[in-house]
Amino acid sequence: MEKRITTPLTEETLRSLKAGENLVIDGVIYTGRDAAHKRLVETMDKGEPLPVDFTGQIIYYVGPCPAKPGHPIGSAGPTTSGRMDSYTPAMLNVGLKGMIGKGNRSAQVVEAIKEYGAVYLLAIGGAGALLAKCVKKAEVVAYEELGPEAIFRLEVENFPVVVGVDTEGNDIYVEGRKAYAR
Amino acid sequence: MVREIHVDRVKDVVRELSIKANYFLPQDVLKALNKAIETEESPVGKEVLGLIVQNAAIAAEDEMPICQDTGAAVIFLEVGQDIHFVGGSLVEAINQGVSEGYQDGYLRKSMTDDPFLRKNTGNNTPAIIHTDIVEGDQVYLVLAPKGGGSENMSAARGLTPADGMEGVKKFVVETVDRAGSNPCPPIVVGVGVGSTIEKAVLLSKKALIRPVGHPHPREHIAELEQSTLEAINNLGIGPQGLGGRTTALAVHIEPHSSHIASLIAAVNIQCHAARHAEATL
Ligand code: SF4
Repeated sequence: MEKRITTPLTEETLRSLKAGENLVIDGVIYTGRDAAHKRLVETMDKGEPLPVDFTGQIIYYVGPCPAKPGHPIGSAGPTTSGRMDSYTPAMLNVGLKGMIGKGNRSAQVVEAIKEYGAVYLLAIGGAGALLAKCVKKAEVVAYEELGPEAIFRLEVENFPVVVGVDTEGNDIYVEGRKAYAR
Repeated sequence: MVREIHVDRVKDVVRELSIKANYFLPQDVLKALNKAIETEESPVGKEVLGLIVQNAAIAAEDEMPICQDTGAAVIFLEVGQDIHFVGGSLVEAINQGVSEGYQDGYLRKSMTDDPFLRKNTGNNTPAIIHTDIVEGDQVYLVLAPKGGGSENMSAARGLTPADGMEGVKKFVVETVDRAGSNPCPPIVVGVGVGSTIEKAVLLSKKALIRPVGHPHPREHIAELEQSTLEAINNLGIGPQGLGGRTTALAVHIEPHSSHIASLIAAVNIQCHAARHAEATL
């Protein structure tokens, strides 16, 4: 049986996740990528309220394709997480507990993930059609003018991810590669 | 004899290719992915490769984009010198085709107007157009959507002639190593080698259009492709960077004449969504 998690993430759930483990997510996740992160952090810097309460929530780094009629969303695979690295500590500081993306994170981000007891989850890059099928509902909740970069609230079912960095700072990219390098 | 082609025809073909390239993964890429499922040693790697193939099947069946990054619309155009385009601007027609294709195909619009101000142009234009004038009276057009994740990991470097094939190989392997999991491995690696930087870079992108698994006809180049591929797959990065033997599906090297003082190599990394569609007019 695959492990299932749902948001908001509790400390107990978070601590039980181990790097390399397969999971599926059910429930609500939020999208956000470069431009949305920039805005969120600027808003924090000005001391203004954020458009979404991220406490215990998961952000999915994605800029989906437009939805075809009758579909909640278009193709929706992860984007490269490294571009969000500089914003991540600030996001964790407002209570964010999970991030979904692809690619490795900086040493500082791994450290911050450990410090805040959060997790970094991986979705398969380029599997946008398959992942879109797991999205049951999508609505824009902030920054609509950013188009694909707006913040969407997604309701997902059976959304497959692998734990990339766990609450202890174990990193699958470091571990996995070692086993197959020659 | 001059042959006339109305630019509206070009527009329609570009529209159609934009959609087709983004929905249907080429057969050569699928074949290489399926072969990799058999040879991959890592269980996670095998599973990931299986999901990538499954994703391509869903995209084709539901007629939706393989990947949400439907790319910059890179277009290689070979124009026969006996062609005369009529009815308006060729470049405008191509951009109009991209705009309609990305709109009608529900593809993501990823282009911004300025590298610093970064306002989305809203229709995925401008297309990135590379034109060659060739003999004859036909137009050959390849549209290859290129995602940001893998493009960002590409690089070029000036080596010395003494660095030779080993030097190029080392540079390519280093570039792939540095890219790690970011360009959505398994990747296809395009390499251009020559003596001016723009030629090397352009060839590195053109190398990606070559069907996966077709070695270069020159023997020493084909051998370099093979040994570079082996070195890359020994890095252990694997599918999605989770560890495994399949980091790259192929290395395609395109050599060009070089100045006596120069050896410049460029590496263009292509993710597993190695999309392209072509047409002849
Ligand atoms: S690198 Fe390729 S497969 Fe990965 S997200 Fe970008 S376009 Fe898609």
